[in-house]
Amino acid sequence: MSTPVFIAGAGVISAIGNNIAENLAALENGAAGMGEMQYLHSVHRHKLPVAEVKMSNAELAELAGMPAHISRTALLSAIAAKEALQHAAIENFSKLRTGFISANTVGGMDKTEDFFVDFSGDPGKGRLRNIIHHECGAATELVADILGVKNYISTISTACSSSANAIFFGARLIRQNMLDVVIAGGTDALTKFTLNGFNTLMIVDHHYCQPFDENRRGLNLGEGAGYTVLVSEQVAASLKNDPVCVLSGYCNANDAYHQTASSPDGTGSYLAMKGALQQSGLQSGQIDYINLHGTGTQNNDIAEGTAIKMLFEGHYPPMSSTKSFTGHTLGASGGIEAVFSTLAIQHGLIYPNLRLETPMKALPFIPETHFKKGAAIRHVLSNSFGFGGNCSSLIFSKA
Amino acid sequence: MFIQATAGISPQPSFSALLTEPAVYAGNRLNCIEPDYGQIIDPKMIRRMSRIIKMGVAAAMDCLKTSATEMPGAIITGTAYGCLADTEVFLSKMVENREELLTPTAFIQSTHNTVGAQIALLLKCHNYNNTFVHRGFSFESALLDAITLLQEQHALTVLVGGIDELTDTSFRLLSRFGLYKKDISSNRALYDGAAKGTIAGEGAAFFLLSAEPSGKDYAQLNGLYTFYKPGDIAEIEKNIQSFLSAHGIGVNDVDLVITGQNGNVNEDGIYKQLAQTTFKGKACARFKHLCGEYPTAASFALWLAANIIKTGVVPSCTSVSSDNKRPGRILIYNHYQNTHHALYLLSVC
Amino acid sequence: MADLKQQIIAQLNLKDLKPEDIGDDQPLFVEGLGLDSIDALELIVLLQQEYKIKLASAEEGQHVFRSVRTMAQYITEHQPKTV
Repeated sequence: MSTPVFIAGAGVISAIGNNIAENLAALENGAAGMGEMQYLHSVHRHKLPVAEVKMSNAELAELAGMPAHISRTALLSAIAAKEALQHAAIENFSKLRTGFISANTVGGMDKTEDFFVDFSGDPGKGRLRNIIHHECGAATELVADILGVKNYISTISTACSSSANAIFFGARLIRQNMLDVVIAGGTDALTKFTLNGFNTLMIVDHHYCQPFDENRRGLNLGEGAGYTVLVSEQVAASLKNDPVCVLSGYCNANDAYHQTASSPDGTGSYLAMKGALQQSGLQSGQIDYINLHGTGTQNNDIAEGTAIKMLFEGHYPPMSSTKSFTGHTLGASGGIEAVFSTLAIQHGLIYPNLRLETPMKALPFIPETHFKKGAAIRHVLSNSFGFGGNCSSLIFSKA
Repeated sequence: MFIQATAGISPQPSFSALLTEPAVYAGNRLNCIEPDYGQIIDPKMIRRMSRIIKMGVAAAMDCLKTSATEMPGAIITGTAYGCLADTEVFLSKMVENREELLTPTAFIQSTHNTVGAQIALLLKCHNYNNTFVHRGFSFESALLDAITLLQEQHALTVLVGGIDELTDTSFRLLSRFGLYKKDISSNRALYDGAAKGTIAGEGAAFFLLSAEPSGKDYAQLNGLYTFYKPGDIAEIEKNIQSFLSAHGIGVNDVDLVITGQNGNVNEDGIYKQLAQTTFKGKACARFKHLCGEYPTAASFALWLAANIIKTGVVPSCTSVSSDNKRPGRILIYNHYQNTHHALYLLSVC
Repeated sequence: MADLKQQIIAQLNLKDLKPEDIGDDQPLFVEGLGLDSIDALELIVLLQQEYKIKLASAEEGQHVFRSVRTMAQYITEHQPKTV
């Protein structure tokens, strides 16, 4: 591969912690983030567990340094993006060509759904302040402005693969020599809209989800944000701390099978993983850990598992779904899991797939169930697959 | 980059009709003239599609047909608002039924990448598929992605489109924000007077791009540049100059400037100033009286520019000042709400 | 069963069909009427809304929604007595 793109920093907020240190501690302690909803007001409160970030909007706003009335999506984004940028510690940031490419699927829906309660009764009613940030791009701009990013700003929304696509679009713009630094990833807040939407598909687990279990019942929705700071080779060389890893491979492919369901043989997943491997110049046997998409739905896990079987037959690397900790954070999941992947390389970690009781009979491999430290992790594959057959795979490699 | 083909669904009938009889609208709202979708989209798939999906898919299919391309190397869409009608249906039912007895169809289709995904599904296209949703940069982001994919030789052809729909609810809400003129006799009067507000619009415009000429291309797309929240007019002028010089030309080499004037006195000031400075004496055209204002309206301008280059004719309904020359090079300058600024450069092949 | 057919047409937006176009025993899915898994979810809500019958899972729907006749039978057997 030609010019490498380095990862100089990362930031994350999820149901298992408000920053990298807290997330790492929870991953090590096997502490999942699901529970009865505390902050979202839904009639499903006692029925459907969710993985909420454990802070009110007012508390998030204080941490983000933003007003509390804006969308939770933007607040979560600001916290993780600021951590990532701080972590990267790029001294001459303001003099570089910078970009912020953030993904989300809900935008300001958390506020819009409140607005609609008044608006539905009377179209002249409802506070306009609650829909001013409805568009997905609004959250990105609010955060770009506080980060001081100006040269390039964009938002991607391809359902559950959104932030994986944001990361690799950012990397491509660096490789094209259009930008020097890109903060890329995604954010999504829990909303009644998405919770009810997934509930109509009958794929929300009423208990804590069990990805890749024979008896899996569905997913738990989560929320959060995750960002990586991508830098060019030149910027990487100027950093005080050596970058931990490079983004060595990426690919997006479409399943082109069904609006929401994956094809039984996981065509899209297979093509995405294969394409990412090809681009990185690696053989499947060189992958040391797979961070699975692993939502816990019947359909995803068998499709993804079948595609892995086709590609990794004979030498299955350790793998796990960290959604068993964070829930499915939709547009943020690719970003959060990219952060977990870089941390796996940095600290030699393999994360457990929680609550795995009965391995899937149709698959010849079993996800990792124990936390492992000190493993030699050079290459990590991270999968993100979404509605509309949108499948993306990223590969992170030790720098 | 070459524009092999383009197709649009807009409040206007077609490019050839634009030359002679552009559609006239009373009031401040322009909705698309829709074709008979049954001729273009598989009836089995059509029954679930809301209007924006039909518009987007139909424009995409028409574009592929024009270029005789069966399978594009990538499908990329840009939409600021996404599938509004489906979002509203699900949201309203959720509020009315208090989160009970909801059905999945509207939710599934409310996802922002639905149009791109439906095109892939219809074509059984496994290639790269992406959707950008960044306000007034949605279409430009999609186009930049397309251009870089071609430059990286990741794809030989890319299908790229800009789509946004105007619904009763979005029109009502955006009106409450004061976006639209309250008393306008028709879209033809958009630029008269000095009042606030514009007219509402919508549309779907698709393009088939390739890095290599096909011999039957509409136009060459030489470049695209976007800038966010410029500090002042001087910064805008500087950006325009450096965009042109990056392509080895100056303003004098541009035959026609298409601007995004929208009749809003608060937003047109930039164009008026530029008409006295950077664009002084240039042949100029405008388009928002034809399609209305919406975040991806520049995709209509690109459709217009590609057609002008291909036919060599500037429709009189678009022309502000003319030198009666056949335009060989067109610059589009559009800004959305003083925030998202975009420059496009096109030339004959 | 004609009522049920009308409800199916309305719920699934099968605009081109009339109730008499759907055979009582015609398979609803795939090779029959060509419905898919999203339609199955829509039919589950239809049962709940019109007949107050709640299916436990999407899988159960596969048997219930084989044809209009199987649906009608299921409704007769499971409808709450107090209407």
